[in-house]
Amino acid sequence: MELLLVILVGAFYSAGIYMMFRRSMVKLLLGLLLLGNGANILIFLIGGITKGKAPIIKPQNTEFLEVYADPVPQALILTAIVISFALTAFAIVLLKRVYTTTGSDDLDSLNIQDLDI
Amino acid sequence: MLLPIIITFLLAFVMLLFKPQKMARFFKFISVIPLLLFLYLLSYLPAVHYGVKSVFFKNDWIPSLGISLDFKIDGLSMLFSLMITGIGTLIYLYAAEYLKKDENIHRFYCYLTLFMGAMLGVVLSDNLITLFVFWELTSISSYFLIGYNTNEEDSRKSALWALSLTGLGGFLMLASFSLIGMVSGTYSINELLTQPGILVNNEYYYIIISLLFAGAFTKSAQFPFHFWLPGAMKAPTPVSAYLHSATMVKAGIYLLARFSPILSGDEVWNYNLMIVGGITMLIGALLSIFHKDMKGLLAYTTISALGIIVFLLGIGTETAYYAACTFILVHALYKATLFLVTGIVDHETHTRDLSVLRGLGKVMPPVAIAAFIAALSSAGIPLTFGFLSKELFYGVTTGTIWTRESVFILTGIMLLTNVFLTSAGFLAGIRPFFGKLPQEFKKIHKPNVFLWLPPVVLSFLTLFFGVLPAIVDQTVINAATSAVFGKSTDMYLVLWHGFNMVLLLSIITIVLGTVLYFTIKPSNKNEGRLKGLDDFSPQTIITNIAVGIRLFAFKYTRFFHNGYLRIYILIIILFFTGIVGYKLFADVPLRVNTEGLSEFRIYEFIVFVITMIAIYIITNTTSRLTSIAALGVVGYSICLIFVFYGAPDLAMTQFAIDTLTVVLFVLVLFKLPPFLKFSNGKIQFRDGIISVSFGVLISLITLQALVSPADKSVSKFYADNAYVMAKGKNVVNVILVDYRGFDTMIETIVLSIAAIGVYSILKYKTQDGEKSE
Repeated sequence: MELLLVILVGAFYSAGIYMMFRRSMVKLLLGLLLLGNGANILIFLIGGITKGKAPIIKPQNTEFLEVYADPVPQALILTAIVISFALTAFAIVLLKRVYTTTGSDDLDSLNIQDLDI
Repeated sequence: MLLPIIITFLLAFVMLLFKPQKMARFFKFISVIPLLLFLYLLSYLPAVHYGVKSVFFKNDWIPSLGISLDFKIDGLSMLFSLMITGIGTLIYLYAAEYLKKDENIHRFYCYLTLFMGAMLGVVLSDNLITLFVFWELTSISSYFLIGYNTNEEDSRKSALWALSLTGLGGFLMLASFSLIGMVSGTYSINELLTQPGILVNNEYYYIIISLLFAGAFTKSAQFPFHFWLPGAMKAPTPVSAYLHSATMVKAGIYLLARFSPILSGDEVWNYNLMIVGGITMLIGALLSIFHKDMKGLLAYTTISALGIIVFLLGIGTETAYYAACTFILVHALYKATLFLVTGIVDHETHTRDLSVLRGLGKVMPPVAIAAFIAALSSAGIPLTFGFLSKELFYGVTTGTIWTRESVFILTGIMLLTNVFLTSAGFLAGIRPFFGKLPQEFKKIHKPNVFLWLPPVVLSFLTLFFGVLPAIVDQTVINAATSAVFGKSTDMYLVLWHGFNMVLLLSIITIVLGTVLYFTIKPSNKNEGRLKGLDDFSPQTIITNIAVGIRLFAFKYTRFFHNGYLRIYILIIILFFTGIVGYKLFADVPLRVNTEGLSEFRIYEFIVFVITMIAIYIITNTTSRLTSIAALGVVGYSICLIFVFYGAPDLAMTQFAIDTLTVVLFVLVLFKLPPFLKFSNGKIQFRDGIISVSFGVLISLITLQALVSPADKSVSKFYADNAYVMAKGKNVVNVILVDYRGFDTMIETIVLSIAAIGVYSILKYKTQDGEKSE
């Protein structure tokens, strides 16, 4: 499974970067989200994946008696997901506002060229 | 000595209190300042007049750094400071009349007095650092004087050129001084003189002298830095006469002369000065006669004269130093006269065009007489001061120390230079005053006495010293030569050497110069020919370099800072891929750890395939809605992966957030048009290659990272203590709300801020003006 996830990480990064190269603002945002997903999977993978066992202590025990999934990457990813949502929400609204103001989704149309050098 | 200089500087600022126009007629009384200084300096003449003697004034300033305000008067300083104050007195008188109607005359006098104080500081300072400070002050005050006509662009530009060149030279000179201080341990010229050889035999010697040359050559307008001087002629004529012929440009000469006893002794020193001086004197003289602007012509003859002095200093024999010291005075006297005369002509006729000016001697006889004498002196006609110096030149170049060939070359160059200088002198000093007076100049009357008196006084001195040279040679010139030569000298200026080679050369010079004078007629054609030379002049080259650098900066910025976000990302990714990829393949042996990898089950593979397809759709669809749906699919697939591998919290969060994101996307962006296709296939291909190679690199790095297992001690600590210390059984939750509680709290704040942002953007009403649709 690790090998599949490695490929998936690569695919996320490739697609994310590719989308960020595009001129459309929405695509830029989508690219950012894909990149974020890729990073999450990467952290998850590096922490070592363990099938099926959540890092939750059984109700009757006070400590782990069997193998458990690594909790640290999970905590990190959880934070990342939530933060990226804040970013996404703000960006979406901003995009909408830019679109209603300028009537364009094209990043280049927002450029103001330096006129006199 | 410190007091007079400080008072001079203070008085400079007092000038600003005077009201121009209203008090215009009082300005000529300011010339009392240089006159008093002149007399004060003159009082020291007996003390230094013979041999290597000097008067020393000690004033500590920053003893711990070896910086002092020590002043020293020896023969060389005496020669220069008498010139500065003496000619200064006449210039002060002259300028009061010349600029009578100018409304900024009080500023003019402020700059001029500042300059005089600084110049005195340069020639009297014994400390190198202090000398440098005064040196820079002369550059700065000269900048204000050249750019005095602030409403003319040419004038401002020339001032800037002069400042940047002399400033650059001064900067390099400071480097030279610091090296001298480092090597010898002292900044005092007096102490350096007591230990000659210490610098000459040092490994830094060549650096020291080349930096010193840079300072001297820029200041004294030596080739290839000569071009700022003709530009500086944009200044009011009294300034040209004072700064750019008699005093400031001679500061470089002073520097070289001052350091001659300390730094000469190596052939490099002599050859450099001889070559640079030789080229300068020849080029300056050659170019001068083609000018029809009187000031332009005089500017080039000044360059040539400075070249002659540098050349003589380079030769470095006792006679050569003697000739140099004599010529400094000779040149100051006749060149200042010619400049002042030019000023009068310009003032009365409003033109300096030599092809128009004729017959002015009829309307301004005293001026014509002064100009005539100055021209004769510049040509070296007997009984003028110039004759004596010309005799000395030929005496030096035909001296017995040279081989036959060198005599030929040196005398040849000297002869050629002097021939051109002779006719240039005639052109400026004789041509405008003889011949038929044109109709338009008939109405001109004799200029004011304060205008014609200064050049007349100077020309009288030229004649006086020419007939009775003993008055100067026994007082300042011998003393100055002793200071430059380092040994006591006792030479005489002689009027009549008998019929010999030197006299013959003098006669040849005068004859050829006169012939040339009658052949060359000032005209536009000649000036036009000079314009062609401009393409090769150092000024053009430097300007082109400056333009080139600006163009390069513009293109460089355009290329790297083109305002397109994606290009920045592209460059960053390219470099990252290139450098990290190179390092990865070059240094890390590629291994794949197949052990301990878990197998995948069929449903996991299906999830993988779905995710890949969704990613593909996102990148390739043209419909915004499709791509958003695909994004949702990707999110849910990741959610499943989390479920498979023991991360239920993650799965729940991902599920919730992903749903929210998709809903938000659809709600807000639904009305946007479908994606426009902005880029062509070629660009897409380029981006594809770059992003795929980036992805592959990340995959490879991940693969390598998997080879070494992660450190589990942190995780183990959390797992072991989750219940024991924090009383929680879900370890992920315990980490978030307990161990890393502050992080989570701040994260909540971030979310709140984002929420406020979203809310305010949604509420914000677009103003009418902002809509650009």
